[in-house]
Amino acid sequence: MNIDQPAGVMACPACIATPAAMSRAAKTVDAASVEYQFSLPTVHCAACIQTIETQLSNLDYVDDVRVNLTRKRATVHARPQTPEQDIISAISALGYEAVPLDSATLSAGETDRAARDLAMRLGVAGFAMMNVMLLSVAVWSGASDATRDLFHWLSALITLPTVLFSARPFYTSAWRVIRVGRLNMDVPITLAILLASGMSLFETISHGDHAYFDAALSLTFFLLAGRYLDQKMRSVARSAATELAAMEVPTALRMNGTDMETVAIQDVVVGDVLMVQAGGKVPVDGRIISGVTDMDRSFLTGESDPVSVGINSDVNAGEINLSAPVQIQATAVGEDTLLHSLADLVSVAESAKSRYNSLADRAARIYAPAVHLLAIAAFVLWMWLTAGDVRVAMNIAVAVLIITCPCALGLAVPAVSTVASGRLFKSGILVKHATALERLAEIDAVVLDKTGTLTFGLPELVTQLSDDDLAVAAGIARQSAHPRSKAIVQAASARGVSAATVAEITEEPGMGLEGRHNGETVRLGRAVWAGCVSSTMTVLQIGTNVHSLEFRDSLRDGAADLIDAFKTRGIPVSLLSGDVKMAVDQVADELGIDNKFHEMLPQDKIEFLNQCTQSGQKVLMIGDGLNDVGALSVAHVSIAPASALEATRVAADMVLVSPDLRNVFSAIGTARSARSRILENFSVAAVYNMIAVPIAFAGFATPLAAAIAMSTSSIIVSLNALRTR
Amino acid sequence: MEVLVILIPVSLCLGALGLVGFFWTMKSRQYEDPEGDAVRILRTDYDDSPAP
Repeated sequence: MNIDQPAGVMACPACIATPAAMSRAAKTVDAASVEYQFSLPTVHCAACIQTIETQLSNLDYVDDVRVNLTRKRATVHARPQTPEQDIISAISALGYEAVPLDSATLSAGETDRAARDLAMRLGVAGFAMMNVMLLSVAVWSGASDATRDLFHWLSALITLPTVLFSARPFYTSAWRVIRVGRLNMDVPITLAILLASGMSLFETISHGDHAYFDAALSLTFFLLAGRYLDQKMRSVARSAATELAAMEVPTALRMNGTDMETVAIQDVVVGDVLMVQAGGKVPVDGRIISGVTDMDRSFLTGESDPVSVGINSDVNAGEINLSAPVQIQATAVGEDTLLHSLADLVSVAESAKSRYNSLADRAARIYAPAVHLLAIAAFVLWMWLTAGDVRVAMNIAVAVLIITCPCALGLAVPAVSTVASGRLFKSGILVKHATALERLAEIDAVVLDKTGTLTFGLPELVTQLSDDDLAVAAGIARQSAHPRSKAIVQAASARGVSAATVAEITEEPGMGLEGRHNGETVRLGRAVWAGCVSSTMTVLQIGTNVHSLEFRDSLRDGAADLIDAFKTRGIPVSLLSGDVKMAVDQVADELGIDNKFHEMLPQDKIEFLNQCTQSGQKVLMIGDGLNDVGALSVAHVSIAPASALEATRVAADMVLVSPDLRNVFSAIGTARSARSRILENFSVAAVYNMIAVPIAFAGFATPLAAAIAMSTSSIIVSLNALRTR
Repeated sequence: MEVLVILIPVSLCLGALGLVGFFWTMKSRQYEDPEGDAVRILRTDYDDSPAP
């Protein structure tokens, strides 16, 4: 069939697809396209993929779209200089939320490559194991003489290259610790694999009965499987964590005379004049040179009320500009910013955490020397019994080494951690640190931050206004991005009040809004500015009527349930906040927390946690602010909500992605369950050794027995891991 | 027993074929998006742009 022939009858799906594919190919040819990455938190089904991919590729500046459902991400190839905002609005028009990701941060493909490399080795080991097992079955069922030798040679041919290639991660790791004169689990593994292969080769050459080729391979296969699971689990958590980091695109708006240009944050130098838009984040430390506005400092200090700033006020990187655009002159950039110096606290604590002894470490410390001692003992004993027959003694020593080798132990921890992390990932918790789950299982006290953790850090209108007043308030408030204005608009729409028309609205930066409604002057803003006396900071003035507006911080979902759950389990809860006494008391009373502290400086929080640790408590710290960074790093285990700044998320062991705090409690349950599964798996391995070692020692362990014992214990351990809830 | 001379190479070749297939799936990144691929196959329109 001629390709150019017009398709009259479309016979197959490919015929329908070909023209589309060709038109797409034609599109791709012109100009090199640029890759954009977007996070799509709400995609979940086949229809979502289809809608986004087909609709976006219809846009003429888009060359190619690919949605990845597993990572909830879209990769878009588009013409160079396509504004990201265009693609985002195209996606939001389809009804999906899209967040741009910084491709440079994401291109940390190294962990992916490590996982692929391990999978490759695992595949080779699996292939070789299956074939050698088949050949071994013939030998076990009684093949003799020339047939047995042929099968042994074939097995050797498959095994030796495989063992050299597949088990290399173990050799390198073992070599690394031997060089510094220590032992880890990989040392006995390496010895067992190499000795088993070498001994079997010798037996094959000298026409012996027993060869352990299959044992060497299954050892490699099972242990690689454990290693692969471990790697995979960490790369999932890490890729999600880098995704969070990539969401903060680090750019600044630099003033060039009267022009504005977007520059990367690394390119900003001290003395540059930068524009900070309303709603934007301050990129570097600086001093305001023009404009008046309110800054949200809750990340830095825990204060829930915005702070008003004007010319010559100092601002710090990370603060959020609430009301009006201001120009700042950079005074400290990069590593000199306050934000960065706080983040430095983290690296100190990181090393403290790596000193934590995980269950696997403790098991390895007992196990690794024991394995070597047992093998040497078997060798010496049989040298003595057989009056110097090296071959028999060596055979038995290898059998002991293979039997005791921590096959089940190598799977015991990774299998359970994989299942547990998977569960937590589904309920919106990322486990960042390898030993975080174990530490979470041990906690017996909880310390919480207030702003941004127990509360959203967003105000909620408490004062009950009449419908008419609320309508006017919403009418004027919808002109502003200030959180309190937003709270008024939200309160109106919650009550079903539609906003009234307010004309001639002007904003007095840092003070409030003024407008006209039905011939009356309407003012919403600071009491001082509106020129009236009020008990609260914010007032609404309509004509001559003045309403004092009271706000409070709205609680996060599940905050009350979380505190209740801790209380019923008898876990003491403390609230440490940098906010003022009134705000702290309000939240603490509502949640029933008695142990509360207000106006805590970062140093006070660290001090508090150190005292807890000294009195033997294992504290879980949940916090989001930069003032919590130090406390998060000294706590036994720490959780930060995903809304926190990057520095805080780096410091925390886990990140809570879902807004619901109840998940923290279920995470503790999962961690405890995981811990008991790991301990059970260790006992399974111990029991198995107690039975198998005497048999091997006595010289009764045939290759068949070793193969059966090894597979059974590995399967039992993996099945037990699946019981983790 | 002469049949072994044929059967063993045949079985090894088949196994190796599977291994090569596995390598190919790894190289062409078919494990990147397991969830997405699972639902893509049920799409009604033909998926004309598989992952590059």
